[in-house]
Amino acid sequence: MITAELIIPILAATVQSGTPILYATLGEMLTERSGVLNLGVEGMMIFGAFGAFLFTYFTGNPWVGLFMAGIFAGVLGLLHGLVCQVFQGNQVVSGLALTILGVGLADFLGTPYVGVATTGFTPFEFPVLSSIPVIGGIFFKHDALVYLSYTLPLIFWFFMNRTRWGLAMAAAGEHPAACSAAGLNPVLMRWAGVFFGGFLVGLGGAYLSLAYTHLWTNNMTGGRGWIAVALVIFAFWRPGRAVFGAYLFGGIMAFQMRLQALGATLPSSLLLMLPYALTIIVLLFSSARGKGRAAPAALGVNIEPGE
Amino acid sequence: MLGFRIAKRQEPLQWGSFFIFFAALALSLGISCLLLAIQGKPFMRALLLLWEGAFAHGYSLEDTALKSIPIFLCSLGVAVCFRMQVWNIGAEGQYALGAVGATWAVLTFPDAPAWALMPLMFAAAAALGAAWAAIPAFLRLKFELNEIISTLMFNYIGMLLLEYYVYGDWKDPASFGFPMTVMFPDTAIIGSMFGRIHWGAAVCAVVAVMLSVFLKRTRLGFELMAGGENPRAARYARMPYNFLVMLVMVLCGALAGWAGLIETSATLNRLQPNVMVGYGYTAIVVAWLARLRITSIAVFSILLAGLRVGVENLQLELQVPAAFAGIMQGLLLITVLAGQFFNWYEIKRVSGMEGEVDTPGNSGNAGNAGNASNTGNTGDARNAVNGGQE
Repeated sequence: MITAELIIPILAATVQSGTPILYATLGEMLTERSGVLNLGVEGMMIFGAFGAFLFTYFTGNPWVGLFMAGIFAGVLGLLHGLVCQVFQGNQVVSGLALTILGVGLADFLGTPYVGVATTGFTPFEFPVLSSIPVIGGIFFKHDALVYLSYTLPLIFWFFMNRTRWGLAMAAAGEHPAACSAAGLNPVLMRWAGVFFGGFLVGLGGAYLSLAYTHLWTNNMTGGRGWIAVALVIFAFWRPGRAVFGAYLFGGIMAFQMRLQALGATLPSSLLLMLPYALTIIVLLFSSARGKGRAAPAALGVNIEPGE
Repeated sequence: MLGFRIAKRQEPLQWGSFFIFFAALALSLGISCLLLAIQGKPFMRALLLLWEGAFAHGYSLEDTALKSIPIFLCSLGVAVCFRMQVWNIGAEGQYALGAVGATWAVLTFPDAPAWALMPLMFAAAAALGAAWAAIPAFLRLKFELNEIISTLMFNYIGMLLLEYYVYGDWKDPASFGFPMTVMFPDTAIIGSMFGRIHWGAAVCAVVAVMLSVFLKRTRLGFELMAGGENPRAARYARMPYNFLVMLVMVLCGALAGWAGLIETSATLNRLQPNVMVGYGYTAIVVAWLARLRITSIAVFSILLAGLRVGVENLQLELQVPAAFAGIMQGLLLITVLAGQFFNWYEIKRVSGMEGEVDTPGNSGNAGNAGNASNTGNTGDARNAVNGGQE
């Protein structure tokens, strides 16, 4: 049983580290399914993390903080929508600007709070399920945000494939002209895509400041937003593979931290490279094209006015 | 019924970009002031300090000029990449590798004479920087791997690699545990040209002239300028598209590598982690604002360098966090991007029932076809998603 005692904590840490990436990946996936490429995930995520911290700090209620994280990141998403939908700006450049802006804003507004602790989400044993051997130890001894994240891929799938709004959103990403010919409003769908996608990204940020740590530090996201952008491609824009991808990265981060804690002889800077190197390797495995693997056809293409 | 209708212009507004830039600058400054006001800082005084810190005195002008040197070198390379619709945002990592390469040369041959050491440093910095760009370029051409993500990941890895050396084998034993190499010997330090301005400025001038000649006077340069506009047409015209993509990436890597070398050698005189201050990201802003016009790149490099120096002054006088410079860069980029809309579209007042207005826009002022401003704004971002290959 020595092996199980060693492996179960690492797998539990995998789920924990994978959760913020899962939120961010699903958020970016929603935005991209509606046809908008938003490279500002890193900026939205850290801005959301700051919103979560700030409102939890002042209200003492982490659920208020969680909601505000979504709003903070969603508002940045709306800014991307404003630049790309109203002003017809290039989506790549707008996304990069959003990252620079979001990271700057969180850093600037958060400076007075660096190192300040707050309340947040704490782990509790999920009734009944946590007593299942092995599985319980890995999946059901976490905090509320992790449990919430388990339901998310299913909701995402159901929304995109079984609801009117979801299908309309996918149509806006595949073929805006056909979408509007069918009497739907693709521009509106894209507004919803940037806002609610941003909202989910913000929840991932909130996980970092309210559950992963309970304090505010600069540069909290450390590239997780960019990993999420890569994972959307890796997942072929489908939620199931996003779960796999997010936990893969959670695993490598948990492994890297465990090695560091054990006092590995490898220097920490080499260990810290692992997730970034893995991102490139993971993308290599998803570059093969095939049926059901393509990006939404109109991804990154603005809908011009008067069309 | 009175309404408005948005119509695409036949030709882009001639002097539009000029006014748009100043409107965007004013808007960015306004929003920045609002943020300062939220934190209870006197924003009018802040604006004055920003100006004084960057451009008002000889000393501050020198600071601005010094900071604009690495930004200019990085921006040239990034602008060439953007021209080819190659979204290389990896200048930061290529800069790091350049610094590592130059330091390797110094630490390996500390006793070499300057005439041998300097060229070796430049060669090593260019080679490592170029290699750091060539890998993402290869991955894009061979595996259609998105270069935005790969170059960004290479930024993180490059920075960590620099830290690995500085915290590890290259750490000066006499540094009391601080992560820094030994002070470079005099033979490895780029000295001053006039005042505090070092010879890095001359490197900028030489590179700018050579790049200008390459783009305007050689066949390859012409193909590069034309190929970026329309990759498919470029391939019909039997232009070596893949070769050009690799070329622009390697060029950017080498130039960013030199920027890293110059900062390490001329400014810090040794390698330490704080050589990484985000010049590679500022270069993205400059390259997009200036496009591939070398004089514009110089102007915007100085402007954004001034912004950085000005914010340092704010930091000192009003305790404004350093991140303020990032906010202003992000705001400037986003407002100029949004403002470009007015270059390409006009809002017409529509009167009457149907409101059919058929004047062909502002085509009175003959737009020149050589205007480089049609690279990014309205072009779709599809290339960025699919790796550009079709």
